Amino acid sequence: MKKFLVFTQKEFYHIFRDRWTMIILLVLPILMILMFGFAISTEIKNARFAVYDPSHDLATQKITDKIQSSEYFTLEAYLSDPAQIEKVFQKGEISLVVVYSDNFYQNIVQTGEAQILLIADGTDPNTASTLVTYVSRLVAAYQAEQMGAGGLPPYQIHTEVKLLYNPTLKGAYATVPGVMGLILMLICAMMTSVSIAREKEFGTMEVILVSPMPPLLIILSKVIPYFTISIINYLTILALGVYVLGVPIVGSFMLLTMLSLLFIFVSLALGLLISSLVNSQIAALLGSVMGLMLPAVLLSGLMFPIENMPLFLQVLAQIIPAKWFIAAVKNVMIMGLGVESILPELAVLGTMAVALIAVSLKKFKIRLD
Amino acid sequence: MKAITVQDIKRNYGKVEALKGLSFEVEKGEIFGIIGPDGAGKTTLFRILTTLLLADSGTAIVDGNDVVKEYKEIRKKVGYMPGRFSLYQDLSVEENLKVFASIFNTTIEENYHLVKDIYQQIEPFKTRRAGALSGGMKQKLALSCALIHEPVVLFLDEPTTGVDPVSRKELWTMLKKLQNQGITILVSTPYMDEANLCDRIALIQDGAFMKIDTPENIVAAYDQELWAVKSDDMSKLLKDLRANPGVKSCFAFGDTHHITVGKIIPSALETYLKEKGHSDIRITPIKAGIEDCFMELSEAS
Amino acid sequence: MKVIEAHDLTKRFGNFTAVDAITFEVEKGEIFGFLGANGAGKTTAMRMLCGLSKPTSGIGKVAGFDIQKDPENIKKNIGYMSQKFALYEDLKVWENLRLFGGIYGVPAKEINPRIDSLLHTLGFTAEKNTMVKSLPLGWKQKLAFSAAIFHEPRIVFLDEPTGGVDPAARRQFWELIYDAADRGITVFVTTHYMDEAEYCDRVSIMVDGRIDALDSPTNLKEKYNVRSMDEVFFQLARGAKAKE
Repeated sequence: MKKFLVFTQKEFYHIFRDRWTMIILLVLPILMILMFGFAISTEIKNARFAVYDPSHDLATQKITDKIQSSEYFTLEAYLSDPAQIEKVFQKGEISLVVVYSDNFYQNIVQTGEAQILLIADGTDPNTASTLVTYVSRLVAAYQAEQMGAGGLPPYQIHTEVKLLYNPTLKGAYATVPGVMGLILMLICAMMTSVSIAREKEFGTMEVILVSPMPPLLIILSKVIPYFTISIINYLTILALGVYVLGVPIVGSFMLLTMLSLLFIFVSLALGLLISSLVNSQIAALLGSVMGLMLPAVLLSGLMFPIENMPLFLQVLAQIIPAKWFIAAVKNVMIMGLGVESILPELAVLGTMAVALIAVSLKKFKIRLD
Repeated sequence: MKAITVQDIKRNYGKVEALKGLSFEVEKGEIFGIIGPDGAGKTTLFRILTTLLLADSGTAIVDGNDVVKEYKEIRKKVGYMPGRFSLYQDLSVEENLKVFASIFNTTIEENYHLVKDIYQQIEPFKTRRAGALSGGMKQKLALSCALIHEPVVLFLDEPTTGVDPVSRKELWTMLKKLQNQGITILVSTPYMDEANLCDRIALIQDGAFMKIDTPENIVAAYDQELWAVKSDDMSKLLKDLRANPGVKSCFAFGDTHHITVGKIIPSALETYLKEKGHSDIRITPIKAGIEDCFMELSEAS
Repeated sequence: MKVIEAHDLTKRFGNFTAVDAITFEVEKGEIFGFLGANGAGKTTAMRMLCGLSKPTSGIGKVAGFDIQKDPENIKKNIGYMSQKFALYEDLKVWENLRLFGGIYGVPAKEINPRIDSLLHTLGFTAEKNTMVKSLPLGWKQKLAFSAAIFHEPRIVFLDEPTGGVDPAARRQFWELIYDAADRGITVFVTTHYMDEAEYCDRVSIMVDGRIDALDSPTNLKEKYNVRSMDEVFFQLARGAKAKE
């Protein structure tokens, strides 16, 4: 036990004595969360939408057809009850709901005015605003066609927009869960793999291997400091999110913490796995950046909506732990859903954690080759 | 029981044969030197014996334990100092020693007597980071770290490479003291002049031993006629000596050239050199050193 | 003619004086051995002379150029080789030579004939297309030296060029040094092999940032009344240790 404590202490010394390590660990997370505050514009294809259409008449049918026939949208369902709207969003199958007013066609003919309400998922503000803009344009086009055809007197269709969960369309709502995913992965996977690779590079690993120190203890003492720092980072990011960016924690803090711990385990195991494959710090760095960070940035849905990607990338995105983590954090933190809403994510992350830890322990070399 | 028994160890890296079937034994309490240039296979051999690498074939026993099957036993009782200084550069002298003591389940206080002689020399700098130590001091710290758990066999892979002559002499003095405490020492070096400080040596070249014996026996077995030659123009002397048919080989050795000769007598060579315009000629028959032997053996193989 | 002149050359890092007002001169075509214990300041001094590091104070001239004001011209007139980096391992023999020729501005049409004649002299013609990493260390170092003087510099700096090289190859290496010196190239070399110190025309021994001895090996041995350079070195450096 004593040797374990001394060894862990040594690991903390390494961290505290290297200025750049400290900067990466403590300053980078803050910079990143502020940097990602700037939203990135996106284009959407095949977004699934639902329709709530109490009038069910000629005009609504035509507008729905028009939306459906555009390349951007796929009609998923007709809703029979306004209460279903929230539910379909929570299931995560739908990005947009189109709601027509009662007696839509009649209103056009009689009063020259009718209303359409567009409800979008505000947790992903980029996608939401793009979808809403598209549909508004399609409705306007329909209106122009009808008037051009001369079949109707001049009239006005009002489109209104309602964003669920993120009423002010803040980029931060998407940023906080995403940056949390990135930072935890960066700290755990990259820093752990680099610190093990450094021992190999400097030859100290050779000496430690030729000692009675069990491999499990070597790994644990490497991992604990980064585990601790990850938790600090997790709390920092949450605090920044709540107090600086104004993103509230709607759901359970405990659940969010448990979820994050699970993700930290997955990331640590990935770091160990990388370190068992490489022998130099630079290879560890490249391996974690190219193998983990880039996919996490590009494929997790943080910057580009997954539903827009080619099938191949969509499949690939499923094996990115950050994708599952970010989705679950959105559910809990922003939508305020309970544990039952993130069961699939928990199951996937849990399986990944167990499998990766098992593999990396098995892979950890007791010799040099 | 021998301290180390190695039988027909072979190891390839891809197509390169790093070790071509080495066999040797080291007695308890012996200083055994593996002597040869870089790339001869010294480090590979050390890593196999310290359980860090697996041999392709052959067996090795260290202090009664097989290096493959009983590697855990070996790791408890050997000390190892790899070629590069394997210290934590960002930890202080004392912290380094503390870390290495703890991984071997001991403490500095408990085993202070083992490292006292060496560690005392660097103790005044115990709060200094290892990265800021001079080469000689780093070496002493690394040796202290390798000794803190009272190893029965000490493996030192090129402890003197890149180290200045004074620090090298100090290290050898320390090794002799350790030997007197009963520790078996296997040491490798590219410096031929260190051979005489070992009890027995193996001369290694291209993954094979050319000879294993005491330094005295190796030198005694040298069967060439060897002369040291000097003149006022050493650079020209080298060429002129090589041009003489009576000279078999000629190499610079410090302030003289060493030549092996066939059918020629010193006076005839002197006359020849005078004709070539040399003055202050001195020709002395000498006894061979380890380096002469090494060159002779590697030429033959 | 003097090709290296140093007057009170000093380098300080913070309050640590790595090189402490060293003064010496090296003649054209001389083989100058630059010895010292680890940490005595050899590498720092050598870096200043190569124009890689600015002295804190003092004057240094290499190939007639001031090391403070004109490091670019110095770099054109020197060759450099160290034990740690010599050649690109993943390039072929001729590619390395062409690269170094190109870096130092050897005219394009001269490069190929010079590579051929050099490889011929070294007996390396058969290895022209060999990848450097598959050569034995001794060959690598000989080739690295040849690359360092490929552009016929006025001075070549060698930092422990023979570390770990086998005895025969080490001597062949020194024969190349002799040849270069005979052609008028000044050789500035550091080594930990004391027998190699004997091969130098003059030797300086650095202790704690200062040059404590500078003379021919013969004179030094006489002065300290010992038989080998090893003992000269030992006497000087041990003095330094005692002070530590």
